[in-house]
Amino acid sequence: MDPRGNLDRTIDLHIHDGVLTIAPPEIPKDADVIRLNGHIVTPGWFDLHVHLREPGREVAETIDSGCQAAMNGGFTGLACMPNTDPPLDDAGRVQWVLDRAAPWPVDVHVIAAATRGREGKELVEMSELHDIGVQAFSDDGSAIRSTAVLRHAMEYAHMLGARVFEHAEDASLVHGGVMNEGEWSTRLGLPGMPTIGEALDVLRCILLAEYTDAPVHICHVSAKESVEWIRWAKGKGLAITAEVTPHHLLLTDEFCKDFDTDYKMNPPLRSEADRQACREGFRDGTLDTYCTDHAPHTWEAKMQEFDLAPFGIVGLETALGLAFTHLIPDVVSLEEMISRAVYAPREILHIPVPRIATGEPADLTIINPTAHWTVDPAAFKSKSRNTPFKGWSLTGQARGIVSKGCAVIRDI
Amino acid sequence: MSLLPHKHLLSLADYSEQDIAILLDTAERMKEILDRPVKKVPTLRGVTVVNLFMEPSTRTRISFELAEKRLSADTLNFSASGSSLSKGETLLDTALNIEAMKIDVVVMRHKSPGSPHFLARHLDAIIINAGDGCHEHPTQALLDMLTLRQKFGTLKGLHVGLVGDISHSRVALSNIIGLSKMGAHVVLCGPTTLIPRGVERFGVSITHSLDETIRTCDALNILRIQLERQEAGLFPSLREYQAYFGLTRRRLDQAKAPLTILHPGPINRGVEITSDVADSEHSVILQQVTNGVAVRMAVLYLLAGAQPVAAETKM
Repeated sequence: MDPRGNLDRTIDLHIHDGVLTIAPPEIPKDADVIRLNGHIVTPGWFDLHVHLREPGREVAETIDSGCQAAMNGGFTGLACMPNTDPPLDDAGRVQWVLDRAAPWPVDVHVIAAATRGREGKELVEMSELHDIGVQAFSDDGSAIRSTAVLRHAMEYAHMLGARVFEHAEDASLVHGGVMNEGEWSTRLGLPGMPTIGEALDVLRCILLAEYTDAPVHICHVSAKESVEWIRWAKGKGLAITAEVTPHHLLLTDEFCKDFDTDYKMNPPLRSEADRQACREGFRDGTLDTYCTDHAPHTWEAKMQEFDLAPFGIVGLETALGLAFTHLIPDVVSLEEMISRAVYAPREILHIPVPRIATGEPADLTIINPTAHWTVDPAAFKSKSRNTPFKGWSLTGQARGIVSKGCAVIRDI
Repeated sequence: MSLLPHKHLLSLADYSEQDIAILLDTAERMKEILDRPVKKVPTLRGVTVVNLFMEPSTRTRISFELAEKRLSADTLNFSASGSSLSKGETLLDTALNIEAMKIDVVVMRHKSPGSPHFLARHLDAIIINAGDGCHEHPTQALLDMLTLRQKFGTLKGLHVGLVGDISHSRVALSNIIGLSKMGAHVVLCGPTTLIPRGVERFGVSITHSLDETIRTCDALNILRIQLERQEAGLFPSLREYQAYFGLTRRRLDQAKAPLTILHPGPINRGVEITSDVADSEHSVILQQVTNGVAVRMAVLYLLAGAQPVAAETKM
């Protein structure tokens, strides 16, 4: 299925030297034949927000394990965030990550830091980074605190045809918070992070986008107010894009009630009203893309008191199953989901969008839409296990990818 | 084996009206023991209790320790200073090591909300929450309710004002939960910046006028105000706090009938409460302290009293 090519039928695909031929008149005798009856083949899914943790936190994830997790989850491409240790803020470090990822059949793109050391003061050498393929800049993990620095980062990136990805957060409002501020933070005695802590920064980005004409991308939208402001900005024709995670579409802050740190992430799980707003925003396209904010942490790091444990959950290996079980067709149609998970993220990065058409590189995700499975973190390819979806029963599972001339297929 | 339908006391939120009534009734019987010439019973003989206090506390720890000793439990104290926690050992490892020494009950004070819940998931021991950050302090609310019930005969229909820093008070949250379950009406009084978001969902009334609270309530529980809240910008000065939210004799005289005054301690004399109020005939602050021992004996007895090892000893 490739909605852009109006392709939605059962056909033979022939792949030779990594190039597709659709509905070939005859199948060459020496070809390996894989029968995919009952499966859906889409262009390869792309996760726009992944933390690969390398360099620095190889105990939680490496480029190798992250790529394997992506493949296992049905992603043929991903963009990784620069908040490693040291941060990915110069061409040498970025090239090192790209080189390490190159052997894997996953198209890895690096989102470079927007400011040197992610300190929010001086811009990174964006032109040089853009020359080696960087299309986005972000201090993700925190916001760019100075509005002047954010403005200059947006303007300079715009010159290159790239954009800033903002982790929207007003530090003074969310300072010290560990979960959404509201009824549940009060019930649990935990310091809260108000929704306006996110929405204020979203509004700041919108005003800058309007004033400078530069595009901006809002990471992991979680608050109702943010969705409303982004919808308003898009209505005005501003170049603003946004992403939403499976957990903000499916969970609420009430899930924190047992103090399980696998429900602790930033931005935090919000109220039911926020969740509904995110779903509506995803349905109507206000939120452009579906991405995981895959944030691996070791068992030791998460096995702490709730307020001391780090923020973040893994998502690469559950996102597709959650989409098929809980979002299609209740929130979006399958065609729309493909648009959000395949086309939109690549368009935001200005990289080629894979197509299922003769002569195109074979870049595919193979899905069994009726497979029943239970999320077992111990079976993850990721080095980390921190998922709130442990034990969930899902219907629909990635069964393989084809990418970079390589096919990785299982359980057909 | 617990004599309540719970293994632990983590949050009053988990306890029903009936559970709380059983606890308060049992505490009354425990109080009789405290009035005897020999203030000790063999009920928890052979039961080992560790008081795991990872945050400074004097009165709660002493109160628990005394309750344990009155019931003949073997007790030991573990406090953060001088412990392995300061050497970077995790809470879980510390707790597993303590449990490996065959401990039956852990009484726990910790600055992180939910830390007793965390231990309860990983240990076999009975966990009693002695205060977890800004979350709950169940035994404090139980002793407050016991004190009020002794004074008024019942909690049903009683109007109880909680005055001060509601946002950062585990005493307030446990009182809100407990009193509401027992049919009392809770009035929260404090500056807007110290009233937590969403607290109205508990069915409480909220006011920012201490005079109005005094006019409408039967009893006031005055919470301790901490200087660090002023430093965080949540109110302008202790001077202004004292002037607008401090309980004084002059304010108290406006009450229609004499108000009963509670305070969880330790008191900041002259800040949230003046000495002439704290020491007045309407103050039940020292009765609260006595009731604290009785309530903690009741909790220990009901949760651990039917341990197999102590089964042959009856109170």
